[in-house]
Amino acid sequence: MSPPLLQLDGVQTHIGSYHILHGVDLAVPAGQVTMLLGRNGAGKTTTLRTIMGLWRASAGEVSFDGRPIHRHATPDIAQLGIAYVPESMGIFGDLAVRENLLLAARGARRLADIDTQRLEWIFGLFPALKKFWLYPAGKLSGGQKQMLAIARAIVEPRRLLLIDEPSKGLAPAIVANLIAALRELKATQTTVLLVEQNFAMARALGDTVAVMDDGRVVHAGAMKQLVEDEALQQRLLGLSLGAHQ
Amino acid sequence: MSTAAVPKAAFDGLPLALVPLLALGALPLVGSPSTWLTLTVAGLAMGMIVFVTASGLTLVFGLMDVLNFGHGVFIAFGAFVATTVFAGMADWTSVDSLARNLVAVFAAMLAAMALAGAIGWGFERVMVRPVYGQHLKQILITMGGMIIGEELIKVIWGPEQRPLALPEALRGSILIGDAAISKYRVLAVAIGAVVLVAMLWALNRTKIGLLVRAGVQDREMVESLGYRIRRLFVGVFVVGSALAGLGGVMWGLFQQNVIPQLGTQVNVLIFIVIIIGGLGSTLGCFVGALLVGLLTNYTGFVAPVFTAFASIALMVAVLLWRPQGLYPVANR
Repeated sequence: MSPPLLQLDGVQTHIGSYHILHGVDLAVPAGQVTMLLGRNGAGKTTTLRTIMGLWRASAGEVSFDGRPIHRHATPDIAQLGIAYVPESMGIFGDLAVRENLLLAARGARRLADIDTQRLEWIFGLFPALKKFWLYPAGKLSGGQKQMLAIARAIVEPRRLLLIDEPSKGLAPAIVANLIAALRELKATQTTVLLVEQNFAMARALGDTVAVMDDGRVVHAGAMKQLVEDEALQQRLLGLSLGAHQ
Repeated sequence: MSTAAVPKAAFDGLPLALVPLLALGALPLVGSPSTWLTLTVAGLAMGMIVFVTASGLTLVFGLMDVLNFGHGVFIAFGAFVATTVFAGMADWTSVDSLARNLVAVFAAMLAAMALAGAIGWGFERVMVRPVYGQHLKQILITMGGMIIGEELIKVIWGPEQRPLALPEALRGSILIGDAAISKYRVLAVAIGAVVLVAMLWALNRTKIGLLVRAGVQDREMVESLGYRIRRLFVGVFVVGSALAGLGGVMWGLFQQNVIPQLGTQVNVLIFIVIIIGGLGSTLGCFVGALLVGLLTNYTGFVAPVFTAFASIALMVAVLLWRPQGLYPVANR
């Protein structure tokens, strides 16, 4: 297994008086897609937000490439090369699609400064973005907004992508497109930590998996192992893969 | 990249169209075309001045979610700085030379913007920063700041009303037919237009403007993209305060006198304007200010007893039509 690019050791997070994460241990290997699974309220979103510094870890350590980052401010964490796609997608609705992308390209002052080849690659993954280039992002459909959110995360090369439930609320056909695009992204050896409730999507993309329950990681291992062990699926997720095929 | 066949969202011109509609609708009520023209230019000038003073506040509210009830103090400081600059440049304001007069006016404006911007920087650090995200405390502490500012003005310039006479060449009117157009109001319209164009250019054509517009919608996401929004907050607060200082000079010259309570007086009007325009929207603030300026002047002529009520009635009507203002900002 590759050495972890991101590692969480005993991470605890409080939101107000609520104790959400109770000591999360998680390793995200470089160049692989790690799926973070678990029922609603298990702490998956809180884990991603804690990694990004949007919520402070009250105990434990988050390290990226061997360096602790849990005391860093969110912009500093982003500048290390970590991109975040929140569950809400975080699209700037009043800005045009092209302005959303320009904003995400930190190194570009103008659109002309963005790497044209990379932009064409993104248009290849998400053709709708080219079509609606000048359109306010708020007017896009849910699926198109999700594509824009992911495109924003990859408009410049990033070392780690944190993506929170990209398939949520999307039609199956759109989810299939999204899986195809993420597979292509995976082929570039980008490290991804992907929160998902859709097990079919998790199975299609994941190299490794971590399952959370009640603010802790209760299982971590190869995705293949979880896919092949229906009893483990039942125990961890309360589902069987057969029902999702 | 070719964008010829790309769909582009239509611009919502309806709120903007309200300005000429209001002006044309007032014509039969005013009766005389020359009086109507005089009132319209006066209304546009007042609207431009209110826009300049309010534009900073709408950005501060939109980006930082800060209810700055102390914004008026920057306006008052700006106006009082102008009295000092004019006193020191009496030779430049009393001579009947437009060029020399304009130098004095612009010197006063630059000094007012510099001082108001500097006070704004200190105000953000000392008073606003500890209460980010706490609206009730923001209201209380910024109102406290306003009171302190007013008292400081009384200490520095005295409690009395101070005259701020127009420079010689800016006095009087230009006659167009029977209509008398005040020279200063023409200048005010021109300055307001320059500020509007500069703000729209900065907001729409620069990366910093893009960051401000994005920050108005979702501060957390801007930070997640790797930008330090706190620095942007400080910059916007300073620019907003400087614009208020500029507006204070324009307002003082419009009234031709200044009082320490100027900020408190103008505060209500500018809050009405930014609510009408849509909190955080520069274009909305501009349209709202023009509507308020025109309506105040027409009402003052047609039905003076309702003048004080006109702006509030306009705000109620706009909010019934568009509850988030004329140009609502997404995600707010």
